[in-house]
Amino acid sequence: MTKKQIQEKIAFTVLTMTMFMVVIPTLLIIGYIIYKGIGTISWEFITAMPRKGMREGGILPAIVGTIYLVMGTIILALPLGVGSAIYLTEYAKQGKVTRLIRLAIMNLAGVPSVVYGLFGLGLFVYFLNIGTSILAGALTLACLILPVVITASEEALKSVPQSYREASLALGATKLQTIQKVVLPFAMPGILTGAILGIGRAAGETAPILLTVAAFFLPRLPKSIFDQAMALPYHLYIISTQVPNMPQGIQYGTALTLLGLVSIFFMLATVIRIKFKMANRA
Amino acid sequence: MSKISVKDLNLFYGDFQALKNITLNIEEKKVTALIGPSGCGKSTFLRSLNRMNDLIDGVKIKGDLKLEEQDIYQKDVDVVALRRRVGMVFQKPNPFPKSIYENVAYGPRRYGIKTRKQLDEIVEKSLKKAALWEEVKDRLSKSALGLSGGQQQRLCIARALAMEPEVLLMDEPTSALDPIATAKIEELIVELKKEYTIVIVTHSMQQAARISDETAFFLMGEVVEVDTTQKIFTKPRDKRTEDYVTGRFG
Ligand SMILES: Nc1ncnc2c1ncn2[C@@H]1O[C@H](COP(=O)(O)OP(=O)(O)OP(=O)(O)O)[C@@H](O)[C@H]1O
Ligand SMILES: [Mg+2]
Repeated sequence: MTKKQIQEKIAFTVLTMTMFMVVIPTLLIIGYIIYKGIGTISWEFITAMPRKGMREGGILPAIVGTIYLVMGTIILALPLGVGSAIYLTEYAKQGKVTRLIRLAIMNLAGVPSVVYGLFGLGLFVYFLNIGTSILAGALTLACLILPVVITASEEALKSVPQSYREASLALGATKLQTIQKVVLPFAMPGILTGAILGIGRAAGETAPILLTVAAFFLPRLPKSIFDQAMALPYHLYIISTQVPNMPQGIQYGTALTLLGLVSIFFMLATVIRIKFKMANRA
Repeated sequence: MSKISVKDLNLFYGDFQALKNITLNIEEKKVTALIGPSGCGKSTFLRSLNRMNDLIDGVKIKGDLKLEEQDIYQKDVDVVALRRRVGMVFQKPNPFPKSIYENVAYGPRRYGIKTRKQLDEIVEKSLKKAALWEEVKDRLSKSALGLSGGQQQRLCIARALAMEPEVLLMDEPTSALDPIATAKIEELIVELKKEYTIVIVTHSMQQAARISDETAFFLMGEVVEVDTTQKIFTKPRDKRTEDYVTGRFG
């Protein structure tokens, strides 16, 4: 073997190892949660109200709460995020101001989530007087995932070949028509990737909802978006730290349910994503 | 009769002057070829005729450009309407990632034609004009990206024709194609000039000689000479034109 080939081999081995070092812990975590939690999962567990101080029964209110929160967050964040991304890439004159805006967005992505929680508590819960509610929580989580959604959408919009825009405009389409009919459909898969990342965060965050939505124990389903609600991550936090004599199975079952729910959201988004991808090729 | 008349056109990309005092008339229902070495401003000139340069930040344009009696660069000009009258075909075939049908129907749909019957008619007529109908009539709902490069370019021509433009601008429409596809498009251009005013940028002297009626020779942002194609290729007035068309340039 020549020196070059040896170098090549070493690089390959090292890179493969780093890959495994990332993948293995992830698989271990998921595997462990499934192993410990699967026994608890039952029809009752996912469809019943909690009983006996949450030590028995199901976790339905927390599941429903999280579903509401995630859907509310996406409904709020996706149009806003995509709208700002369209403004930034398609309309704004590129220069100092847009650079500053992008920098701000990137910094927002790095703000700890508890800070968003405080912000949501101050703005939505108290100042706008929405009160501790699903709406306040979804608004807070929407702020939290906006940077991700905007950044991913911008990347997606930038990846649309300029020649498509030119072709459309040269055919006498207006700018808005061009964005609607050519740019957005092509960018949609990328935009949905951003949405998927956002869903993951919205479903898993504890701190923001602790301050804006969450009820410690509320054994009934929320009736409107102005209701308080339980939510899986917060519920998990409570039953793991605040309730004495908690059966471990319920904790892991709850964690597994959260994982499963997020996976379902991912799959839904992925299916839509694939649909758009195919439409772009067709 | 002049379809487009350009007088003292100056165009700047920021501080860089890409077009200098261009004065040029484009005759109705003729093919006008724009020739000249790379970077001399042919595309820039072409794109100023349907205001595609508006898309580029920092472009400044001075001068008179008239499409018939209408000043193209007047403040209140409806650019969308202008681009419907002045269609464009690009150097690289750029069909949308949509079906063949939807590509051709794209323009008509945007100006509000909705009934299937009307659209069907337009699609068929345009594809026939672009000499593509026979090849694609059984696969209209298939992706345009599955066509060969030459077919894609004819699709782009059909797409432009669906708008029933008066002028067709073509920027090196055959440079990405093989000789057979090129020949097809050249034939098509000759056929189309019965109905349309065509301006074509080309790097092929043979192509300009074969299909154009008028030729304008560009050099470093200026028009050195414009005349009938025959004159430009047989007895040009300017030495630089002669050097260029005989291949002694540079
Ligand atoms: N967007 C732009 N910004 C700045 N300068 C540009 C831009 N587009 C073109 N130019 C410059 O303007 C000049 C003319 O360019 P143009 O594309 O019109 O040339 P061309 O004659 O079409 O060349 P080619 O035969 O290579 O296509 C070139 O010097 C080019 O570098
Ligand atoms: Mg060019």
